[in-house]
Amino acid sequence: MSSALNLLIGLAMGLSLIALASSRLPSVIRAAAFQGMILGILPLLLEERFHWLVIAVATGTVTVKGFIIPNLLLRALRAANIDREMEPLLGFVPSLLLGAAAIIGAAALGNELPLRPEHAKTLLVPGAFATVVCGFILLMTRAKAISQVCGYLILENGIYLFGLLLINSTPLLVEAGILLDLTVAIFVIGIIVDRIQREFDTLDTRKQTFLRE
Amino acid sequence: MIVAIDIFLRLTAWLLLAPLLPGIINKVKAWVAGRRGPPVLQLYFDLAKLWRKGVVLSTAVSPAHVLGPAVAWIAILSAALLLPVGPAGASLSFRGDALLFAYLLAFARFCIALAALDTGSAFEGMGVAREVSYAVLAEIAIITALLTLCVQTGSVSLATMLAPSAGAGAALLAAGLFGVLLAENCRVPFDDPNTHLELTVIHEAMVLDHSGPPLAVILHGASLKLLLFAVLLVEAVLPLGKLSLLPAIGALIASVFVVSISIGLVESLLARLAFRRVPLLLTTAFLLCLFALLVAWKGGMP
Repeated sequence: MSSALNLLIGLAMGLSLIALASSRLPSVIRAAAFQGMILGILPLLLEERFHWLVIAVATGTVTVKGFIIPNLLLRALRAANIDREMEPLLGFVPSLLLGAAAIIGAAALGNELPLRPEHAKTLLVPGAFATVVCGFILLMTRAKAISQVCGYLILENGIYLFGLLLINSTPLLVEAGILLDLTVAIFVIGIIVDRIQREFDTLDTRKQTFLRE
Repeated sequence: MIVAIDIFLRLTAWLLLAPLLPGIINKVKAWVAGRRGPPVLQLYFDLAKLWRKGVVLSTAVSPAHVLGPAVAWIAILSAALLLPVGPAGASLSFRGDALLFAYLLAFARFCIALAALDTGSAFEGMGVAREVSYAVLAEIAIITALLTLCVQTGSVSLATMLAPSAGAGAALLAAGLFGVLLAENCRVPFDDPNTHLELTVIHEAMVLDHSGPPLAVILHGASLKLLLFAVLLVEAVLPLGKLSLLPAIGALIASVFVVSISIGLVESLLARLAFRRVPLLLTTAFLLCLFALLVAWKGGMP
């Protein structure tokens, strides 16, 4: 079970690297969605006993992160007629290397932390750290609003991984609530992106640094 | 005596089988595209034709222009002799031959580049510049892959270190080595082996001024290098050393066949990458090998 868990988390870390390396917005969105789906399956592996709430949250996470959110983003992309090219402030090779360094650093950090014995064998903590850092790199180094949303999604995936450590003590309803918040946030961002594009003819966040009447 | 026969048999096998691989790849590409394609033995015919032709030399060249391909060919062949074949081991094996293997490949590239620069043509100089600047990234990846194998088995001799481990590490290493194979042999996502006169080619731009037997030697050396990398990839991933001789050789041939078919499929399904994207792909291959190294080093994570 632990090896299947590690394999899935490894895949999720690889997907955040793919998101860092891809030059097209749809592929970044797809990478973030696929990562969310993989993380959605994890509660089923972590929870030993069969519980309907776990299954409900897992299906909910997979549907929302894997289908609803990417569809909202792709629709916003289409509706606002956004250019599909990314505009990286930091080139793809440096950001890929930074992401790889983050993964290695997270693995080293996970070794040093005094974890509980059932978590020490898994990649949960390193995976969470690495995904959060990769999300931050994506947030900081891409200029377009939509790609920043993807960075935010990957960041949230990392926090979700952290949350899995506490799966036995947090009520799963909290997870469901977070998921709902996330969906609403993406929904609102989808609308805002469209408005920004109509108002300013650009989604470059560097040009939107001050307020005016 | 037996050693001499052994080396002779290996040399014959490497020399005779190598030109088969590009034929298989071209056949797969033709089949995917719905054409009949050239015969599988086309490269043999080409080599025979080139060997009978005369050499046209520019007045500017020095003997290095002809010597370079020959030395490169011998270097690649020596690297091939260092590779073990299943349980039979290598014909030449000593501690640290993995380093010699990496350096022989680099030396072969150096000789070809020197022979190309010797013509004094700007076009060839451009080809050399491209080839060498991508080689920098590809060599990091292949040295990381060799390092992974070293760490996995605790040995620095190719004969014993090509004993793979199972699991995620092997998959990462296979993907990384496949990327290196495509890059080192100028295959499609990195370079297009079919074009000759476009300004985008890398390897072909280098060898444009060669003709006759030297060109035959370069082409044969390229196919030898392809076979070499395919065998390296297979032996780094499959535990051939544990089988007995005949099944091991059968498995080796079958897997090299599978590798060349997948190269053909990659060439048919992918377009050549834009120049500025190539370093990204090579960095990815390097990272795959690096993560395989980490998995080998740390085991299944503490």
